[in-house]
Amino acid sequence: MKIVVAVKRVVDYNVKIRVKADQTGIELAGIKMSMNPFDEIAVEEALRIKEAGKAKEVIAVSVGPAQAQETIRTALAMGADRGILVKAEGEVEPLGVAKILKGVVEAEQPQLVILGKQAIDNDCNQTGQMLAELLGWPQGTFASKVELGAGEVKVVREVDGGLETVELKLPAVVTSDLRLNEPRYASLPNIMSARKKPIAEKTPADFGVDTTPRLKVLKVSEPPKRQAGVKVASVAELVDKLKNEAKVI
Amino acid sequence: MAALVLVEHDNKSLKDATLVTVTAAKALGGDVDVLVVGSSCQAVADAASQIAGVRKVLLVDDAANEHPLAETLSGILVKLAGGYDAVLAPATTTGKNVMPRVAARLDVAQISDITAVISPDTFERPIYAGNAIATVQSSDAKKVITVRGTAFDKAAASGGSAAIEKVDGAGNPGLSKFIGQELSKSERPELTSAKIIVSGGRGMGSGENFKLIEAVADKLNAAVGASRAAVDAGFVPNDYQVGQTGKIVAPQLYIAVGISGAIQHLAGMKDSKVIVAINKDEEAPIFQVADYGLVADLFKALPELAEAL
Repeated sequence: MKIVVAVKRVVDYNVKIRVKADQTGIELAGIKMSMNPFDEIAVEEALRIKEAGKAKEVIAVSVGPAQAQETIRTALAMGADRGILVKAEGEVEPLGVAKILKGVVEAEQPQLVILGKQAIDNDCNQTGQMLAELLGWPQGTFASKVELGAGEVKVVREVDGGLETVELKLPAVVTSDLRLNEPRYASLPNIMSARKKPIAEKTPADFGVDTTPRLKVLKVSEPPKRQAGVKVASVAELVDKLKNEAKVI
Repeated sequence: MAALVLVEHDNKSLKDATLVTVTAAKALGGDVDVLVVGSSCQAVADAASQIAGVRKVLLVDDAANEHPLAETLSGILVKLAGGYDAVLAPATTTGKNVMPRVAARLDVAQISDITAVISPDTFERPIYAGNAIATVQSSDAKKVITVRGTAFDKAAASGGSAAIEKVDGAGNPGLSKFIGQELSKSERPELTSAKIIVSGGRGMGSGENFKLIEAVADKLNAAVGASRAAVDAGFVPNDYQVGQTGKIVAPQLYIAVGISGAIQHLAGMKDSKVIVAINKDEEAPIFQVADYGLVADLFKALPELAEAL
């Protein structure tokens, strides 16, 4: 069976972002970009399933600008077999990405699609669920454990109260949470060999998808800043301040 | 103009996140109905009918819905959505799980985790872990929205007298089933509704050492939280995590102990009214957002604090 993994090119998680002075967005010029951390976890999980002999092929798909090819190369260097880049300039919203991924799934016929639970740029947390609905598939979101059986997959999910386990009929969509696994680093030989792995190029039109945004971003602004307060010298002073100044205890 | 709010509950009581979502729904300017999906959950429907400003409670009470699955819940919401201009849910793991399915089926963009309603079609939502705020305008006829639990006041839980109307479910498409759950049991308040939270980070060193945090929490009737580092290290379970991808909290008092203050942790707690940081590293970024900072060894400071309270 095949596994499709969706990967997104985002601002590296270590970068402290800056809002553009004209409030039209985030300053992206000269900023380091990387694979969305949740997607790295998704790739790792797909590779582990393949290495356990339960899948034959892992296909990494990215929707984004030409440079998203680098993100796919990262997945290939980790061990994915081939890539599909769906070239789209500008912002493609989760619904548009889900529609494109649906087209990819219909062409590739995987039994499992794994995605990060959210991208750390727009923090939407939508694409996996939307894809599952569009395909009429079940979903296991926020996964911290995935056990693949013959015709089903058991997913342990991180929920507000603790953990929940669901069983999904295959084919299914899984989205990864932080503790599903620790992604591997690509070794130098693997980075070299990844250069030879194929990446097919497509466009949203190939899948008949209109990616015109439904949401118009009117402005992007800085959040209100918190002022650093005071240092206290002792626990006694702290308790005094909390009782008599802040009046919160 | 009318909005439908998905009620967050555990079949016994209604969660505060519901009241916050009702406030956001009211800000859209029309009538607000609420939907309770569960099993033997009449008490929840009764509580929902008391919420001030709610017009009608829709109730799907069915043994199959004791632990509603996204596939089932989305079917119900899509079926009812026809009668509404907006469908809202709290941005809890339940809301985040189901609402994108609803949006996809309705072919609309979801507006995730809103923190303000500017007008019925324009909203504010945090992006980049709350390091920027986007103001977005939706061009879709129907809005599908999740609401950040700390961003709006709670609607009054009493004063309303909405009628309760039973409606049929949508059936389980048979694609998925609930197997089990492991919920953390605690006598302490829940993280997302606690007035005071004491959180520990990597500096705690072990799960055993969280007893020092618990001793302080018990004195303050506080909830216990943790940073991602402490959860990843296995000190405490996942549901303790405060941060961008964990729980978003905004208590009256947040005490961060042995937490350096990574961006992703700050994203989950920086709207707290008063922040206290206890850390032995005086350069730790957490001090830049703390109202009161104590540079100290937490293993000395925590027992002293428990003693002093």
